Parts: sequence; structure tokens; C-alpha cells
Amino acid sequence: MSSPLLELKNLHVHYGAIHAIQGLNLVVNEGEIVTILGSNGAGKTTTLHSISGLIPTSSGEILFDGKRIDKTPAFKIVSHGIAQSPEGRMVFPDLTVFENLEMGAYLRNNKEEVDKDLHYMFSLFPRLLERKKQLAGTLSGGEQQMLAIARAYMSKPKLLLLDEPSLGIAPILVKAIFDAIVEINKTKNMTILLVEQNAFAALKIADRGYVIATGEMFMEGKADDLITNEEIQKAYLGH
Amino acid sequence: MEYFSHLLLNSGIFIILSVSLNLINGICGQFSLGHAGFWAVGAYTGAAYGVYLAPDFLPDFVNLFISCGIGFLTAALAGVLIGVPCLRLRGDYLAIATLGFGEIIRIIIMNMDTVGGPRGFTNIPLWSNLFWVYAWVAITILVIANILRGTHGRAIISIREDEIAADSMGIYTFKYKTMAFVLGAGFAGLAGSLFAHANQFLHPNGFTFMWSVIILLMIILGGLGSITGSIVGAVILTFLPEMLRFMGETISEWRMVIYAVLLILLMLMKPTGIFGKHEFNVLSFLAKFTGKKKEII
Repeated sequence: MSSPLLELKNLHVHYGAIHAIQGLNLVVNEGEIVTILGSNGAGKTTTLHSISGLIPTSSGEILFDGKRIDKTPAFKIVSHGIAQSPEGRMVFPDLTVFENLEMGAYLRNNKEEVDKDLHYMFSLFPRLLERKKQLAGTLSGGEQQMLAIARAYMSKPKLLLLDEPSLGIAPILVKAIFDAIVEINKTKNMTILLVEQNAFAALKIADRGYVIATGEMFMEGKADDLITNEEIQKAYLGH
Repeated sequence: MEYFSHLLLNSGIFIILSVSLNLINGICGQFSLGHAGFWAVGAYTGAAYGVYLAPDFLPDFVNLFISCGIGFLTAALAGVLIGVPCLRLRGDYLAIATLGFGEIIRIIIMNMDTVGGPRGFTNIPLWSNLFWVYAWVAITILVIANILRGTHGRAIISIREDEIAADSMGIYTFKYKTMAFVLGAGFAGLAGSLFAHANQFLHPNGFTFMWSVIILLMIILGGLGSITGSIVGAVILTFLPEMLRFMGETISEWRMVIYAVLLILLMLMKPTGIFGKHEFNVLSFLAKFTGKKKEII
């Protein structure tokens, strides 16, 4: 078997005195949708931030495409092919939708390719096309989330990191967003690492899942197995 | 008339100062309170060139040009020295650090005998005139507006909008923050040099922290992030306190109070400043009447 696209080996992260991630091992293969589940404060976002270089790791390794990236600064990681759609959406509020998407393609020079992806994103999220000249800060929560995902896609990463795309969004839009995630994964063969609290929605579209609790791996497995697992159902699915 | 042209000259210098501070505070979103310090660096080095080094055979405008260049470069250098350690800080912490550095610069000048120290720096040649001041105003605005229109500008703006998001777009935020800071400092130094050769006298107390605040006021009044706003803010705040002098004795006596009240009223009614983040653009202004709009995609 070929080496995985992303591999975390015994990762530790500290926030000051707090040991937020305590020896996490995780593998993402090319073409997969992998989800990280867990409750508030379990370390999901911390894991994503350490992959994209936004926070320093204490020890352990992060391998991407066979190269170590755990000491690489955030802005260089994007050029390696990892893009993150941050939690809480974090679009550029005073730039238009169109300008936000342009910022996503900041590192790319091939105008034609960028235009093609832009059209692809507009076809995937027609709402954004309707509002392309509107300031991103004036969009609804769901639309901002779409924009954040589209913006991350615009850097054409090999690995797309999505941090809680369903957070604070109307259920009908959650479905649209998750459909779009699957669509990106299937048609563009883009690998996706999805962090979610909405465990049921995430497991439905994911190939595999990891469940973390207080910074440690609690359970891992195929999404179909996790969804039927009794413990998971009790703790995260509310059955 | 002389009084009026002096005011006009001052407002030109303050336009350069406010537009350059706007690049740091309004456009890049890095809260700096050290602008008077960079202004002082440019003023004193430009003046020192005029007093000690300038060769007499060169025409005045060439000397002024060299002096402005020296002012720009030394202030930009000070910008690097201050920016590189300080720009790792954010928000209030950065404001305090830059404030401290601005004061340090002033104290250093205060203790330098070659530039007059606490006695002030005298006999600076009179080289500035309205034409050259406004030529530099135009150059400053053109340079900064042009940077903003390009990719670098987008990167700088995105840092103001959301630094983490900018980072995760692949933008080397530290580089662009430093770039905006150094460029802003450089133009402040250039304004300093023009100022020195207009007033012919410099005193360290003319560059206190209060002046950083006044320049900050100009850009907030005009609208943080808007170049046109900074220009309007600078013109209003140079002329307003002076114009109030001529409005009868009572108003003249109370002019600083009226000035303060006007500022408070404006902030209450329009907290984003006169222009907000918008630019006044002749073309889009005309487009409102012709109804033409350009399509982006």
C-alpha cells in the first residue's frame, strides 16, 4: 500500500500548561473523507490548527506527502497543498465574495485554471454567484460557511481541512453544504479531513472516523461501524 | 496670505502623515501610535543634511529631494528596527510598544547635541514650498494607492480583515505587516523632512506622543482604511482649529472646546468616519449617473 497523504505520529500540543493533544495518531489516505469527532474541548480544532501550522506542536510528527511539516510556518503549508476552512467561518468581512475567493487563490498564477475553479465553485454554490459583489460580512451564516469552504478550495489543495462546517447553520443549509463536500470529494478526488460535532451528518458522508476525547484517541474505525457502535450512539448521536 | 499658504503647506505635510499612518493602522490593521517618532527621525535627519552636508552648488529643489530621500530611508530603517520585534504583538500591545518607541526616539534626539538637543535645531535652510510639498503628496498617494490595487495590497488588507484566515490562505502575514509598517514609517520620515525645511526650526517637544494621536484622529475622522478619508481628515484637522480663530472673540476663546465637541459629534453620528472604508472614485461616481456597471465575471 502506498504511503498515506497525511499522517500524525504521536502528536503532542500544549497551550501553556495545558496538555491539549496527548499523543494523537491519525492517518488520512488519498481520496478519502475522514472525520474527527468529539465534544467541546476535545482537541479537534487544535489538531487541525497544528496540521495547518497555526499553532506549534510540542512533540511528535506530522507527515504530509511523506514530508515533515510540523515545523513549517502556516503560510508555507498552503503551498504544500493543505488548505483550511477555519472554524467560525472567518471570511474577510469587508471584501466582496468575489475578492474573498480571489484571496483563496492567492498563491496560484495560472489565471485560466483559477477561473475554471471559480466557475466550479459558483456552480456548486449558486448562492455565492448571486452575491458575488456583496461584502462577505453581510452574508448569512450558511452563506459565509459556503464561502469559507469555496475560498479554501480555491487554493486547489490536495488536502482540504474543514472545521465544523455545520456550526450554527440552518439544517437545510447543512445538508447543502455536506452534499457539496461529497461532490468536491467525488468529482475532484480531493481528500477531506472534516472536524465535526454533528457526528451523525459527518459519519454519513465520511469513509472513516476518529473519535477523540480530552486530547486522546478514544475510538477509530470505518464510518459505517462507528455509526452503529453503541458507545458512540450513546455519547455523540443521542440515541 | 502668508498665513494661509503656511496652513496649506502644513496640511500637505499632514496629508502625507495621515495617508502613511492609514497604511499601517487603517489598511493593514496594525495599531501603531509611534508615527510622530518616525516623523521626527525624518525631520531631524533631513534637517541635519540641510545644515551640515548639503553642497551649496546644488539647486534648492535637488537638495530638498536628497533630504527627503534621506528622511524616507532613515525613518524606514527605524521602521524596520521597531517593526520587526513589535509586529509579533497584536492590538493594544502593539500600540503600547510603538508608543514607547516613539518616545524613545524623541528622548534620543533630546540628548543629541549635534542637532541642538533641548535647545532645538536652528538654521535649517528653507527649501520646502507649496509646489514641492504637494508634488510629494501626489507621489505618496499614488505609490500607496498603487500598492493597494495589486496582489500585495490584497494581502495587506486581508491581514486587517482576519489574520488567521490570511495565514491559512498562504499569505506570509509577518512580511506584509512589516512591509506596510516600514513603508508607512518611510513616508512619515519624508513628511518630516519637508516639515523641517518649511519651518526651519525643530524641537523635540514638537514630536510628542500627542502628535501621533492627532494623526490618528485624522485617519479615524476620515475613515480608517480610506485614503481619500485620510486626506480629508488631515485637511479638516489642520484647518478647523485655525479657522475657528476668526469666528469672533467668544468662539476664538472656546475654539479648542468647540473642536473637541465637533469631533465627539462626528464620532457619534458617523463612527466609521466620513468615508468609512470607501474611496472617492471619479469613475464610479460618474457611473452612478450613467448607470453603467462593470461585470467581474
